[in-house]
Amino acid sequence: MRIRALAFRIIRQFIKDKRTLALMLLAPLLVLTLMKLVFDGQAVDPRIGTVQIPGPVIEALQSNGADVTPFDNEEQALAQMGDAELDAVFMLNDTLPQIVLEGSNPTKIRNVMAVAQKSLQKLGGNGDPPQLELSYLHGSGDRDIFDYYGSVLVGFFSFFFVFLIAGVSFLRERTTGTLQRLLATPLRRWEVVAGYLLGFGLFTLLQASLIAWYATSVLGIALEGSFFLVLLMNLLLALAALTLGTLLSAYAQNEFQMFQFIPLIIVPQIFFCGLIDLQSMPEWLQTVGKALPLYYGADALRGIMLRGAGWNDIWVDSIVLVGFSVLFAILNVLALRKHRRI
Amino acid sequence: MNLPEHSSVASSYDCVVAVDVSRQFGKKKVLDEISLTVKRGEIFGLLGPSGSGKTTLVRLVTGLDIPDGGSITLLGEPMPKLNVLSRIGYMAQSDALYGELTAQENLEFFSTLYGLRGNSLKKRIQEVAELVKLSDDLKKPVQQYSGGMKRRLSLAVALMHEPEVLVLDEPTVGIDPVLRKSVWNELDNLRRGGVTILVTTHVMDEADKCDRLAMLRDGKVIALGTPEQLKADSHSATMEDAFITYGGGVA
Repeated sequence: MRIRALAFRIIRQFIKDKRTLALMLLAPLLVLTLMKLVFDGQAVDPRIGTVQIPGPVIEALQSNGADVTPFDNEEQALAQMGDAELDAVFMLNDTLPQIVLEGSNPTKIRNVMAVAQKSLQKLGGNGDPPQLELSYLHGSGDRDIFDYYGSVLVGFFSFFFVFLIAGVSFLRERTTGTLQRLLATPLRRWEVVAGYLLGFGLFTLLQASLIAWYATSVLGIALEGSFFLVLLMNLLLALAALTLGTLLSAYAQNEFQMFQFIPLIIVPQIFFCGLIDLQSMPEWLQTVGKALPLYYGADALRGIMLRGAGWNDIWVDSIVLVGFSVLFAILNVLALRKHRRI
Repeated sequence: MNLPEHSSVASSYDCVVAVDVSRQFGKKKVLDEISLTVKRGEIFGLLGPSGSGKTTLVRLVTGLDIPDGGSITLLGEPMPKLNVLSRIGYMAQSDALYGELTAQENLEFFSTLYGLRGNSLKKRIQEVAELVKLSDDLKKPVQQYSGGMKRRLSLAVALMHEPEVLVLDEPTVGIDPVLRKSVWNELDNLRRGGVTILVTTHVMDEADKCDRLAMLRDGKVIALGTPEQLKADSHSATMEDAFITYGGGVA
């Protein structure tokens, strides 16, 4: 009853603050559109698996910058690629060279092809290079760069705007004295947090649906998996952002200090969520990424949208995200002790 | 389960019992071993300049804060205790209202936290709005309210659930004299209805309207009694002179 009252009040306030509502719902769409227009790629050494390929070819691939792993049979190599550990597999079909590309990242497709063609040219000597037979594990080579980044950005913008808006609203509850007033009622601390979750939850659901629909239907970002799972991941990310935002607002004195969390909390998550290839980072830095919520959301969204991943592939990511939200919510209940001990 | 009237002998008469209450923030002692008792059904004033510790004491009474030393009992229950909070109405020094919402929506929200709902909630809103003379402005967003109107709405929020105890922190700041008089008349009516009222003020002439009052200065109680007693004992004609006498006189 009390939680519902709190949630209802938040919804009422939100509906009256049209500008903030617009920021939360429309700004992600605007930025996503802009990103689509301006994005361009970057080069990373391709990881290539080989199946019964002669030594000189492997050396030629390596000398052109590929990270080569030899395999004994085709199944092993393809399974490894299925786990996104490889970008392509080289094998011989009778005597003709054949390449199977992982296919979800257009930059990597381009890199693999460049390396392969250079290597074959060198080996072919003065004759014509042998023709390559191409096939794709995901997609058919028609993915553009924005499909790859877009899948991650869909999650990022849910996260970013919910974090800011939830953080600032909770902060204002404190600075205007209404939090004190709430705590002078028999409202329990966990009820305050639950009320916020419920009230904001409605708008994050709205936002998640709008972003997922806009990204796939209007911007045409690839969607191999289920739309419902994209929605679910977006919602889970938004809940993590909501709980983190309200938690951190306890450590800000005013709105300006809330914005100071952007470079500290939000920007690092961009680096680790897959926009920049994690392989190029040292091991310990990759571990840091795994402590951040966006890493899991982005991992799952990439899987669903580019590789058609189902619930079996993303349930771990979902549980980790729920875990983050629960942790942040509990910490928030504890942080409220600062304002009322019981 | 709990029978407050048996938990201590004093509880059946006393609403607030503070014993040797101290509170300090960092090195600054804001309250220094304060002891006082507020009886049921009286208007008790906390009089003192800003910075004397009035608000800190009020926050301890309402369970928002915990003393470093001493103890506070409210309605027979040692504070802080969550279920006592539904029996008190609190009006903070700053108007804790949601500016985007209308007055009616603010009243509805806070009242629901105390369990009011349905028709009785609607009826009560009309009654209380009438009391603080805001009936015609209920549909206005609070951000369009004047300072005095916000003060009255804050008072209305505190009255909504018909609490046994009212804790009012500077209730009449920014209210014009006519309305201030009507607010005090209303407090008087409430007291006659059996409500205990703990009110802070730094306006000396308001202190005259209290049944008993404590003068606070630098976190200490410098005098305690009825207004008449305090004036007589300090041989002063006004409350202001009395305060100066108890405070050690003019340097």
